[in-house]
Amino acid sequence: MTTEAVKRRNEYDGYADLPGLMGLMSGDEKHGPAATSTLDALWVLYDRVLRVTPERADDPARDRFLLSKGHGPMAYYAVLAAKGFVPVDWLPEFGSYDSPLGHHPDRVLVPGAEIGSGSLGHGLPIAVGTALGLQAQGLYDPRVWVLVGDAELDEGSNHEAIAYAGPAGLDRLHTVVIDNSSASYALPGGIAARFEAAGWSAETVDGRDHEALYAAFTAPHPGRPRVVVARVEPKDA
Amino acid sequence: MDTMRDRFAPVVSRLLEEDPRVAVVLAEIGLAGFEEAQHRHPDRVINVGIREQLLIGAGAGLALTGLRPVVHTFASFLVERPFEQVKLDLGHQDVGAVLVSASASFDWPAGGYTHMAPGDVALLDTLDGWTVHVPGHPDEAETLLRHAVAAGDDKVYVRLSEQSNAEALAVDGTRFLTVREGRAGVVVAVGPMLDEVLDATEGLGVTVLYATTVRPFDSAALRRATEAAGTDVVLVEPYLAGTSTAVANDALADLPHRVLGLGVGRRELRRYGLIEEHVTAHGLDAGALRARIGEFLGQRARVRV
Repeated sequence: MTTEAVKRRNEYDGYADLPGLMGLMSGDEKHGPAATSTLDALWVLYDRVLRVTPERADDPARDRFLLSKGHGPMAYYAVLAAKGFVPVDWLPEFGSYDSPLGHHPDRVLVPGAEIGSGSLGHGLPIAVGTALGLQAQGLYDPRVWVLVGDAELDEGSNHEAIAYAGPAGLDRLHTVVIDNSSASYALPGGIAARFEAAGWSAETVDGRDHEALYAAFTAPHPGRPRVVVARVEPKDA
Repeated sequence: MDTMRDRFAPVVSRLLEEDPRVAVVLAEIGLAGFEEAQHRHPDRVINVGIREQLLIGAGAGLALTGLRPVVHTFASFLVERPFEQVKLDLGHQDVGAVLVSASASFDWPAGGYTHMAPGDVALLDTLDGWTVHVPGHPDEAETLLRHAVAAGDDKVYVRLSEQSNAEALAVDGTRFLTVREGRAGVVVAVGPMLDEVLDATEGLGVTVLYATTVRPFDSAALRRATEAAGTDVVLVEPYLAGTSTAVANDALADLPHRVLGLGVGRRELRRYGLIEEHVTAHGLDAGALRARIGEFLGQRARVRV
């Protein structure tokens, strides 16, 4: 797709447009949803769950979404573009010197990005602090979401956050684990079990099933943080 | 005399009352001092357990919501262990915090090398935009803690130590103070090194500058001092020797000059004992300093015994 094909943003506002938006970055028009593990979870969150819009990007009472797994951010940028945070005409220059859109997102450069990421294992601890900061300011309504990868959970820093958030009862904190079986050392059911052992409410769902994702994202979990493990096709399958 | 660390919790507890933006983040260390403050402000006095990556990450998250986090533990566990969190969660995320360390280079020598952090300031020097305060007295620590918390969303490091000078000076959170004027060279004494430096340079005819805010480095004060005292410069720092040599060189880049950087040695001593014994082992007692400074200045120093 060429830049002439770049359309106004309101023509790119649905799930069906996401492959085309990703194609603007990759130069591959046939870029399908299956090529990116995070796409469906990101879409359901931004389309139906997160209470944040471009107009509310600085509202202290907005929901926070922190992309911790910062590598492979095309799906994230595509969703941000479809939702009007990022201009569509930024996408073709993805990764170039003058582009705000790097191969890892930078919150200082990307409208709507709550954190910069790339180094694994930073988002969950920052999300814990964000949840605590909202609570300390009496902002009881906004929820905090963080997306991590299954192999990202190898990083020990996540476990400091997981082990703290459960006993601390941080029920505004939500983690989405995109599980594409990319961890070299893992046991079946291990991800949810580790969160549950730390006192989290946990559910494992099909990471391509929008209704299942939505139900899991919106299920009540009073007094406990929530993790949704979204299982998708194995990375190396 | 009480210590800088004794002042930390009372001062920050008062700041919690005065400023609703202030939040304290701890990793067990120092929690006892905040018992009352935690009772009064349970949402703004946060203990994350023995989890130092979370300590910094959670501090950054608080800052992202608009709070002013004051983050505290021993220097080794505040700067060295979670250094990538300091670099990314604060610097790269473009948020501020006040990091307040205890234990310094060898405040607990019997605790051994695991609790020694002579490299903390040098590590922060690899990053952009940090203010570094090194108070030399509990009263100065109190002043500099207040400066640090009041510094908007700046990234500020406050290095508390058991080592202290006998008297506090009127530090302002920015500039070096001129403590003694001479013509035979300039000695910059950092924080708790001042008393030893004043003893060591008695009669040497040198200018002594007192630095408690070392980053940004007060280059203007150093240049002014060299106008009368010449461009032989000695830095005496309570952390890794040579930490400020590069910034002193930069301050004098257009002038012929010499810089001697004294401080804590790199070599691991594998010794326990007392603070004074470590001061001596690193050549930072008045006698050793006098010999090293005198040798560096040579004929220029008017040595009177």
